[in-house]
Amino acid sequence: MALKIDQDHARFRHIVRGRIRENLRQFISKGELLGRKGKDMVSIPVPQIDIPRFRFGSRDAGGVSQGDGDVGDPLGDGQERPGSGKAGQGEGQHSLEVEVSVDELADVLGEELELPAIKPKGEARIDEDAERYTGIRRVGPESLRHFRRTYREALKRQIISGTFDVERPVILPTPVDKRFRAWKATSAPVANAVILYMMDVSGSMGDEQKQIVRMTSFWLDAWLGRHYKGLESRFIIHDSSAREVDRETFFRTKESGGTMISSAYKLCKSIIENEYPPDEWNIYPFHFSDGDNWSMDDTLACVDLLRQSLIPWSNMFAYGQVESPYGSGQFVKDLRGHFKGDDKVVLSEIPNKDAIVQSIKDFLGKGR
Amino acid sequence: MSQDARKNQLPGYLRAEQERIEAVARGYGLDFFPTAFEMASYDQMNELAALGGFPTRYPHWRFGMEYERLSKSSEYGLSRIYEMVINNNPAYAYLLEGNSLTDQRLVMAHVYGHVDFFKNNFCFRATDEDTDGRVIDAAPRGADYSPLRRWIDRFANHASRVRRHVERHGIDRVESFLDHCLSLENLIDPWQPFRGRVSPQTEVDEEPIEVPRLAAKDYMDKFINPEDYLDARRRSLEAERERKKRFPAEPARDVLAFLIEHAPLERWERDVLSAIRTEAYYFVPQMQTKIMNEGWASYWHSRMMTEKILSAAEIVDYADRNASVLATAPGQLNPYKLGVELYRHVEERWDRGQFGREWEECRDYDAKRSWDMRLGAGREKLFQVRALYNDVTFIDEFLTPEFVAEQRLYTFGYSGKKGAFAIESRQFREVKEKLLFQLTNLGNPIVEVLDANHANRGELLLRHVHQGIDLQKDYAKATLEALVRCWKRPVAVATILEQKPVLLRHDGRQHFEEPFSA
Repeated sequence: MALKIDQDHARFRHIVRGRIRENLRQFISKGELLGRKGKDMVSIPVPQIDIPRFRFGSRDAGGVSQGDGDVGDPLGDGQERPGSGKAGQGEGQHSLEVEVSVDELADVLGEELELPAIKPKGEARIDEDAERYTGIRRVGPESLRHFRRTYREALKRQIISGTFDVERPVILPTPVDKRFRAWKATSAPVANAVILYMMDVSGSMGDEQKQIVRMTSFWLDAWLGRHYKGLESRFIIHDSSAREVDRETFFRTKESGGTMISSAYKLCKSIIENEYPPDEWNIYPFHFSDGDNWSMDDTLACVDLLRQSLIPWSNMFAYGQVESPYGSGQFVKDLRGHFKGDDKVVLSEIPNKDAIVQSIKDFLGKGR
Repeated sequence: MSQDARKNQLPGYLRAEQERIEAVARGYGLDFFPTAFEMASYDQMNELAALGGFPTRYPHWRFGMEYERLSKSSEYGLSRIYEMVINNNPAYAYLLEGNSLTDQRLVMAHVYGHVDFFKNNFCFRATDEDTDGRVIDAAPRGADYSPLRRWIDRFANHASRVRRHVERHGIDRVESFLDHCLSLENLIDPWQPFRGRVSPQTEVDEEPIEVPRLAAKDYMDKFINPEDYLDARRRSLEAERERKKRFPAEPARDVLAFLIEHAPLERWERDVLSAIRTEAYYFVPQMQTKIMNEGWASYWHSRMMTEKILSAAEIVDYADRNASVLATAPGQLNPYKLGVELYRHVEERWDRGQFGREWEECRDYDAKRSWDMRLGAGREKLFQVRALYNDVTFIDEFLTPEFVAEQRLYTFGYSGKKGAFAIESRQFREVKEKLLFQLTNLGNPIVEVLDANHANRGELLLRHVHQGIDLQKDYAKATLEALVRCWKRPVAVATILEQKPVLLRHDGRQHFEEPFSA
């Protein structure tokens, strides 16, 4: 049953969204949300929302209670109580846990980073924005006037005010009686997409680097997932050779040894060839590395692969270079040289966690 | 509503229970409005609780927040709402679907206690709509007393009015104005309904203004003191006298009423603000009698349940539930517990004649302990107390040192040394003082309008009547912003912060804090 409170609840969610937006950059760079993700919901701590009033500072107030204990005994373990502030900091800093759907979070991300909506490619794209007349309201253009409802209101008013004459049932609607159809625009994603995450797991990629990749991928998933009906993610790790793994392994694996980036691109290519025909799928390869490739020859092989197959097939190709103390960071320079002016290729350098926001913006800022 | 009403009707076996319990309650002398019980599922219950018990309220996110909080805590099993009853004639109460029969009985018995209190306590007389919210006398009414209290309808009317404003002006505008109104919600005068009708201000006979004349001979007078000069002078003196008159003449405790009458509000804003004010006053009696009201209901549910209603098999369930209702925790005051114990204390004292001069002057501890005059006046006294007292007078008159010791009451405060709240005292005087202070003005700081033309600039000056505890500054500043939104001119509040008199002032853009001397 629909509850009447739903509307108020929706307004509250709206305010919460505003709060999340205010604190979004912090959430992104602290990675606080990673552990809070359920299936479709993320639980987010937002600062307590309150209506200010003239009231007593709670610190000096204290109160009366009953029970055992001697004078001077502290009460409990300093846990939060109604009317008590936390010691040593501003009062009223309780935070509120709210659950937000991943889609909603993606919307907030989009608003805050001013990301353009993604335009899916391919024939399968049907008109996404549907306007549906879902309700009735009191104001609106004449062309949307709801005749029957208006009539009914006028009838009601006339009966109540005693001006309704059964012998001569003339109903005269006044402006307050008018009812209009109200519409709502809904957008439903229709196309499919796949994200192919590739990551360098050679010895030079440390835990912190992987954490950065993980935090970035959380938001990429959320944003792309918002725009496609079904979003699949595939994970490829590579050192000198590449293999496909699941999400958990992807972020956990640590190998040593060299780096042959082309091996990952080759695997990526074969996955696309076998499973994701490019004219039906929106394809997003994301590659993260510290930019230390085995040899110049291998880099050239990579460029070749990209130019021949990966880039033409994909909506965009993104390469994120995570700074590490061991990597030379050469690879991004090579790519930059080879793909100058190709706006399907997005390159971003992520020196630290604070830069994640910017690189998300780089990756998703093109609206592809 | 109609299909809801049918769906939420009581099932037959509970209707039979209701009749039985109602008869039991009447048998004990309780006197209540007709009471309708409805079933509610747990999310309906959460919704109703979030809306303060009313099925329809004006739209505001705060209710949504409350709903979120309540449904979270009930989903996680942290809390559950058992009982909700509305002061309305007829009274409405809700029963939670899926509660055990014992629980439902307990709730019903408890609810009849509340409704008896609603009907008979003098504070609630202020919610009679046919007396215009003004209580003429506090004398108890008879059993046929049936005042107009159709607050469910009234709240629903407020809701539809506010919704209409929303349709005209947009949710964002109306909601942000509501936010501001709610910031001011507690700036009302709890005793306003008892002040009697405000007589229109009688003009004090003022001395006629005498314009000083220069001494002159009769035939020269009209040249030395020309008539038109004297007139002009008289007018300017009159104007000055008017200016000197303060407005308002007396500090206005009901800040909301003052704003409704005098702030330059748009019509819809005035309407919203007065709806908020009406609702705020509706809730005043419940806040004034929290301890008494919950205590009374608990006193009666336990008597009714244990003496008449329960079967032997239910005793353990009942005892468990009752214990959780009356549980106390450090740092909190359970109004159910304090109330019911104080009623029992009063009953015992009056049963045994432990009152009056002889008792007061008795210094013999043993004699006091075994004092029993077999008066049996306890019951009668209880009914009198429930009609004629509120929390403040109840505590003031009946809290005794023996009771404080027996109930292990203590005061606590923040101890900087320990970095936590700690027990401060178990002395009778201090416990009573702190308890009464907490109940003063419903626990709100007293703030009143001092001058509506502060510094002759049309600014609003408020005064916080400082009683030893400072205002919380960030909240005070945000509240000033809400006041500026209504008053449309700078607003200041005179208060004391860290023992220095200061003026917190907001001009719509900036906050100022300056030293202040009245």
